[in-house]
Amino acid sequence: MAKRIEATNVTAYYGAFKAIENINMTVEPKTVTALIGPSGCGKSTFLRSINRMHEVLPGARVEGSLTIDGQDVYDRDVDVTAVRRMIGMVFQRPNPFPTMSIFENVVAGLRLNGVKKKSVLTDAAEKALRAANLWDEVKDRLGKPGAGLSGGQQQRLCIARTIAVEPQVVLMDEPCSALDPISTLAIEELMFQLKDQYTIIIVTHNMQQASRVSDRTAFFSIEKTGDPGRLIEYDNTQKIFTNPSVKKTEDYITGRFG
Amino acid sequence: MGDTPPRSADAGTGASRVITDHARPAGASARPAEDVPTSRTPGGGALGGGGGLPRRRAFGAERAFRGLTLAAGTAVLVVIVAIAVFLVAKAVPALRANTVSFWTFEGWFPNDPEPRFGIGALAFGTVLSAVLALLVAVPVALGIALYLSHYAPRRLGNALGFLIDLLAAVPSVVFGLWGRDYFSGPVADLSAWLNRYFGWLPLFGGDGPYGASMLLGALVLAIMVLPIITSLSREVFRQTPTANEEAALALGATRWEMIRTAVLPYGRPGVIAAVMLGLGRALGETIALALTLGITFNISFNIIDNGGNTIAANIANAFGEANDTGRGALIASGLMLFAITLIVNITARAIIHRRREFTESAA
Repeated sequence: MAKRIEATNVTAYYGAFKAIENINMTVEPKTVTALIGPSGCGKSTFLRSINRMHEVLPGARVEGSLTIDGQDVYDRDVDVTAVRRMIGMVFQRPNPFPTMSIFENVVAGLRLNGVKKKSVLTDAAEKALRAANLWDEVKDRLGKPGAGLSGGQQQRLCIARTIAVEPQVVLMDEPCSALDPISTLAIEELMFQLKDQYTIIIVTHNMQQASRVSDRTAFFSIEKTGDPGRLIEYDNTQKIFTNPSVKKTEDYITGRFG
Repeated sequence: MGDTPPRSADAGTGASRVITDHARPAGASARPAEDVPTSRTPGGGALGGGGGLPRRRAFGAERAFRGLTLAAGTAVLVVIVAIAVFLVAKAVPALRANTVSFWTFEGWFPNDPEPRFGIGALAFGTVLSAVLALLVAVPVALGIALYLSHYAPRRLGNALGFLIDLLAAVPSVVFGLWGRDYFSGPVADLSAWLNRYFGWLPLFGGDGPYGASMLLGALVLAIMVLPIITSLSREVFRQTPTANEEAALALGATRWEMIRTAVLPYGRPGVIAAVMLGLGRALGETIALALTLGITFNISFNIIDNGGNTIAANIANAFGEANDTGRGALIASGLMLFAITLIVNITARAIIHRRREFTESAA
């Protein structure tokens, strides 16, 4: 249920603008990897390259190779929807479907996969909501609109929606940036539990969060505005936050820059 | 899938917002409150107001503007009431003079010494032509709108959207002449074909002649209401939150599945409103139907034989030679059209309202 991701010379563009350049990194299965760095350094772009959401934007494209257990997700013959089913994504702002109930939100991905049987959907919804630590809060109002939950609950609903389709990898793009500290804590605890089953990659601006939840940390940075983002250092989280080998990383995590 | 780099830039900067957000709301919410009721006169020295508070002005731009808007709002009511009184006053004597039932008689002879006229066939034709037009126009319009908002390259989409809007600017008399002099030929051929193979359906029965039929009128109407429904739906579809579209795509939806999951449910109330606006135009359309329909006064579901009539088309055709009672009869028919439109609009609102409740608490 978890797979290894290998990025080799990944370069991504928005039209003519090169957003990231030659990113090389390997993410091990069943770990949490944090991507940190200053704004505009390409963390989110790299994250969106992994499940091919980058190319959704007009003019955006990716070069290089990105494999998941050896299989190139950018291979010409690969079905992009299959890639996205295998690599789930949680966004910065909670984005439940506003016209759907809590239940419908959770099973939206299953319905897209053609699952119609009510009992299957009900079981999957309960399982996903339990895994997202949301079941006890919503089990009595599954028919109520998903948009009526609090921000933190909505984000956990989105996580439930993502893991309901049982992906191999879960990408999280600043999942707590719109949430209060208590909801943030709930989601961080959730990440600990999810890592037993999934490979998790999280983009965060919160360095305490990175040091709390991740096993490995990748530091991205840019030379100056307009330059492409590069991977500066990638190591065990412990090492990055106590004894980084690159001066720039140290400056960033100690708050001297960025 | 609109805004490209700005959104991703926003995604990059988002987290710093968490910190600033805590500070901002308090200050931001306090601000609007402080400049609501005061009319700040710069007479008291510093703008920030050292010294005592200046007195409220007895008369200023604020009050004048309020008066103007109130007058404008009242004017609408006055005009509506005036029109209603005029229409009813004209219609009632004609209805009194009618020697047959206004509701059931199929025919329109209000200028005779013994006036005979009935609304049934006209009201039926009005509703039938509008419904047929919508049946044709709505699927096409939604298809165009989705293509423009989610499939076409942006430039092509804008150009096509402009062309569609241009279609709305063509005067209806032009559509009418085009329909009568050119489009009736192909429609007559189509009618003959429909009659040959589907003549067993009452809709396509009869034995001609074909051409100036309900089908022609409805097709011309469909072309006329197409731009309204298309541009409004396109705007609604475009406003679908990118976050929802991306959520669907990230779950592994194809583009069409994304549209079904995120775009269509979000746009449903707006699309219903757009269709109702189109229906309003179809019900009230006058000259295009006066030129294309065969003008008969019977209730028939046959849509390919020459014939058909609507309230508005009848007013345009009959007004010229109408005497006093004739004009009163036409005005009475106009009131009927108004009633139909009103019922349609109320129904539409009820549907939207019910749908909204449904989508807000759907299971």
